[in-house]
Amino acid sequence: MSVFIALLIFCCFLCLYRVGKGPTAPDRTVAIDILGTLVVGFCAIYSIITKKDLYMNIGISWALLSFIGTLALAKYLEGRGFDE
Amino acid sequence: MSETIGLILLIVGIMFDVVGCIGLVRLPDIYNRLQAATKCVTLGTCMILLSVLFYTGIGPISMKALVCIWFVLMTSPTGAHAIARAAHRSGIRLWEGSVMDKYAEDHEGAEDKT
Repeated sequence: MSVFIALLIFCCFLCLYRVGKGPTAPDRTVAIDILGTLVVGFCAIYSIITKKDLYMNIGISWALLSFIGTLALAKYLEGRGFDE
Repeated sequence: MSETIGLILLIVGIMFDVVGCIGLVRLPDIYNRLQAATKCVTLGTCMILLSVLFYTGIGPISMKALVCIWFVLMTSPTGAHAIARAAHRSGIRLWEGSVMDKYAEDHEGAEDKT
């Protein structure tokens, strides 16, 4: 199981690279959205390891909050023009 | 037997996640990155959540995993569509190698702000 968690942490570092480097604002928004989906995967693997359903509750609420945050950022980006 | 199926689903899901995140870094354009990352990571996370069902059997954990699968499958394409529309409307150009832009053809006049 620790191999899978290490691979997911590697994915998170790739997303953080895109958050830091991404030339435009929607690049960063996409990377943050993907990071939220990866955290749901973390919660699923932890619930397999510990056999507790607490982590699945965290995963469901995290997916909800990530979706709302993505929609809010998209609506914010739509209202103004970027020159890049 | 069911743990073997769960392990196979877990490995395939993590492979999809890694490939999606490599695509997020390597592809040249916001729209290409959005396509690769959203599809691969959504499918990978759904396979990880499905492997929870095979690992733990019928119970509270697997039912919550099924709810979470439904939720991720509903919300992730909606968020991706919203981001792509916002990016196109805020004037971000396509990659030079792109061959067509149907959205701009449909909204000519109202869309060329830049």
